[in-house]
Amino acid sequence: MTSDEQHGPSVPARESPIRQGSQTAAPTDPAGMDRRGVLRVGMTAAMAVGSVALGLALHERDGSKQTRALPTIKDHRADKPAGATDMAIVRGPDPAANVRRAVEALGGMGRFVRRGERVVIKPNIGWNRTPEQAANTNPDVVAEVVRLVVAAGAGKVWLTDASVNTPEQCFARSGIEKAAKAAGATVVRPDASAFREVNVSGKLLRTGDVLFPVVDADRVINIPIVKQHGLSLASMALKNWYGVLGGQRVKLHQNIHLSIIDLAAMVKPTLTILDATRILLANGPTGGSLSDVKQMDTIAAGTDEVALDAFGATLLSLNPTDVGFIVEGMKAGLGTPQWRNLKTVELGG
Amino acid sequence: MFRWLRRAYQIVFLGFFLFLVVVTTAGLIRGYDVQWLLEFDPLVAVTTALASHSLHHTLLWSLVLIVPTLILGRFFCSWICPMGVLHQALGFLARRRRPPDRVKQNAPRPSHKIKYLVLATMLGLAAAGSVQIGLLDPIASTWRGLATSVAPALGNLAPFGRYQGERHFQWGTLITLVFFGALALNFVYPRFYCRVLCPLGALLGLLSKFSLFRINRNREICKSCKFCGADCQGAADPQGTVRATECMVCLNCIESCPRGGLSYRFLPPLRSSTTKIDLVRRKWLSAGVAGVVAVPLMRASDGVEPRPNPARIRPPGSLEEASFLEKCLKCGACMKVCPTGGLQPALAEAGIEGFWSPILIPRIGYCEANCTLCGQVCPTGAIEKLTLEKKVGEMPARPPVRIGSAFFDKGRCLPWGYQTECIVCEEVCPTSPKAIYFKMETVTARDGTQKTLKMPFIDLDYCTGCGTCETRCPVVDRAGIRVSAANESRTPRSSISLTGGKI
Repeated sequence: MTSDEQHGPSVPARESPIRQGSQTAAPTDPAGMDRRGVLRVGMTAAMAVGSVALGLALHERDGSKQTRALPTIKDHRADKPAGATDMAIVRGPDPAANVRRAVEALGGMGRFVRRGERVVIKPNIGWNRTPEQAANTNPDVVAEVVRLVVAAGAGKVWLTDASVNTPEQCFARSGIEKAAKAAGATVVRPDASAFREVNVSGKLLRTGDVLFPVVDADRVINIPIVKQHGLSLASMALKNWYGVLGGQRVKLHQNIHLSIIDLAAMVKPTLTILDATRILLANGPTGGSLSDVKQMDTIAAGTDEVALDAFGATLLSLNPTDVGFIVEGMKAGLGTPQWRNLKTVELGG
Repeated sequence: MFRWLRRAYQIVFLGFFLFLVVVTTAGLIRGYDVQWLLEFDPLVAVTTALASHSLHHTLLWSLVLIVPTLILGRFFCSWICPMGVLHQALGFLARRRRPPDRVKQNAPRPSHKIKYLVLATMLGLAAAGSVQIGLLDPIASTWRGLATSVAPALGNLAPFGRYQGERHFQWGTLITLVFFGALALNFVYPRFYCRVLCPLGALLGLLSKFSLFRINRNREICKSCKFCGADCQGAADPQGTVRATECMVCLNCIESCPRGGLSYRFLPPLRSSTTKIDLVRRKWLSAGVAGVVAVPLMRASDGVEPRPNPARIRPPGSLEEASFLEKCLKCGACMKVCPTGGLQPALAEAGIEGFWSPILIPRIGYCEANCTLCGQVCPTGAIEKLTLEKKVGEMPARPPVRIGSAFFDKGRCLPWGYQTECIVCEEVCPTSPKAIYFKMETVTARDGTQKTLKMPFIDLDYCTGCGTCETRCPVVDRAGIRVSAANESRTPRSSISLTGGKI
C-alpha cells in the first residue's frame, strides 16, 4: 500500500498489528479486489447512477414548466326572492342606522348570508387618510356591515383591501381596522402571502393576483365610497375591485374602463353597499383637504353595481352615461344604469 | 455570582435593545422612545454638541451614563452595551483552553491605544462640523447592522412576511460585511473591536480616569498565579497594575482568583491601579488635527455643495445639509421605520461625509404624505420632529415641507412618449389640490387617426417631492416621472420657483 511505502521502515511497529488484523479479510493479491475496493466501486457506481437519475428527474421535457390550472372566482350573487327590492337609498344623520335600514329594506342580511357561510367584506382602504377626508369607506358603515353579517350567523367574516399607500397606515388611519375588529371581523392585510393567482379571462386581463378571502369566500360584500377620479371620472362600486388585485395593477390605467369591467366581471358580489356618508368631489381618489369633501349622509344598497354606480354618479353631478365604465358595464350585461326602473326604495331625507 | 448577575443585566439590556429595534416599524411603534439607548450615549452627545454647538434635548440622558462612569468606571461596556454583549458572547471564538494562554490573549497590547486616536480624530471631525461617529460608535453600528442588514434578511423570509413586508437596502451588503466583520474580529482575540477600535470605549475610558471604585488586588494574599488575567474582558492587567481606563468592570478577575484576593472597592490604594494611557501629546494632537483638517479637504470635493447630487433627497424635516451633517449618526433608525422602505443608506449621493446617511430613493419607496415617523425616531434631531399639519401644510398660506420635486421624462412617460392613456401619477398624487394635473390634448396616432388624451403636468408650488408618482409609475426600472432634490424647502438655495420671494 502506498502509505506503507511512504512511511517506509521508520514506522513498521505501528503498521504491523493493523495489517495482521486485516490480513484474512484483505488479500494482497494485486489482480483481485479487497473489500475496500468493492466498496469504492460500489460508491462510485451509486454516485454515477444517482447523478444521472437526478438529472433526468429534474429535466424539463419540453423545455417549459407545466402550467397549473388556476382557480376562477365563483359567481357570488344570491338568488333573488320573488318581489324583493333591488335597491334601497337611505338618508339620515347616523351612518350605521342608514346601513341597517337599507339592508332591512332589501329583505335583511339573511337574504344574502346564510348561517355558517364565509363572507368577505371589501371596503375601500386605499389611502392613508382620516375618515373626515373621505378617501376611504366610512368606518362606522364598515363596522355596521360587519355586525349585520355576524348577526346573520356567518361562520367567518374577512375584511380586506389592497391599499395603495402603506397598508398598515391605511388600515389604522382610516379607522377601519379597529372598528371592524371590534365588530368581529378578521382583518386581512395585503401582505405578499395574502394573494393567490386566479384566472380572470377578461377582455384585457387573463390572470391576476387576488386577495385570498375573495377567492375562498362563499359570499362577497362590496362597500365602496363615492369619489371623483381623474382618469375614470368616478370611483364607486365597479372600480372598487381594483382593490383586490396585487401586482402591477397601475398598468390597467392604459385602458381603465375596460379593465374595470374585466374586474367587475371577475368578482360578482352578493351585496353592494355604496357609502355616500361623505363623498369626495375633487382631487380624488386621494383628496386630502376637507374642502374636497361633501357631507351627504346617504347609503345606497343593492345587488346591481351598475345601477348603484349610476346613482353615485349623480351625487358627483355626473351624467351616468358620460362615465365610460358605467356604459361598458351595461354593455357587458353587469346591470342597468336606469336605477329608477328597478324596484327601488327611498327612505329618510 | 458576579458573572451571573452581569449576564442577567446583559441579557436584559440586549433584549430591551432588540425589543426597541423590533418595534421601530409603523404598526408597532406607538409612543416608544426607540432610541433610548443611543440617547444615553455620551459620545453622541459630545460629538453632536461639538459640531452643532447645541445639545439636542433627548441627549441629556447621556448625563445619566457620564456621572456613574465617573464613579464606577467603564461598567457600560460589560453591563449595558449591546455590541459589548454580542462581543462578549462571541469571545469563545478565539478563546484558548489553558489559563496561561488566555492570560497572554487578554494582556494589554500597544494596539489597544488605537481607540484613543480614533476618538481624537472623531472629535476633531466633529469640532470642524462633521459627525462621523456613527460609523464606529457601537450603539449606532449595532442599530444600523440590525436595521438595514439583519432585519431585512430575516423579514424577507416567509414566516416573517407580515412584519414589515419585503425590504431591500442599496448595497446593504457593505453594512453586513462591516457589522459582522466587527463581530468576527473576535477570531483574532476576544473583544478585539472593544479594545482596539471602539471610540465610545475610549471616551468612557477617559472618564474612568476619575473613577472612585476600582479593582484592587491584595498583594498580601496574591501568590502571582495570574489566573485573574485569564478572562479579563478589557485586557486591563489585573495581575499587574490594573488599568482603570481599560477595565470594563466585568468582575471576572474577582471570580477567577482562587484565593479571593481581588475586590472591586471604593478608593483602593492609588498604587494598585494606573490611569496612564501612555500616548504622547503629539499623537493625541496629530489625531485630532487630522480630523479637523479632513473636513475642509472632504468639502473641497464636488458633488455635495454647491452642486449637490440630485439624488440627495433627504427625509422630511431634515435640517439644512451642513446642520444635518452635524447631527446625523447614520444609525439607520429612520430607514428601519420608514413605512415604504424608501429611506436608504447613501453611497456617493451625499458625498463622503454623508456615506450611509438617509436618502429617499422613490423607485424603492415614496415618502408617505401622512407620516412623520423618521423625525420621531431620529435620536439627534438631524430630522426634526414634524407635526402632520406642518408637513402637509395648507397652501397658499402655509407651504408644505418639500423634499424635492417631480419631473417628467417625456420620452418614457406613457401619454407624452407613447400617446397612451395613463395618469397614474395624477391618481396617487397626495396633495390637495393635486400637484400633478392633466389637460385634454388631441394627438394624431401613427395611423393618422386622432384621439383625445389626458396629458399630465406638474405644478411646482404644490409638489412636495414625495415620490409617490415615481414609485407607482407603471414604466418599470427607470420611471417616466422622477423626483430630484431640487426645490426642497430646507434651504432657499434649492428653490426653483420665485414663489416665496427668496432667491
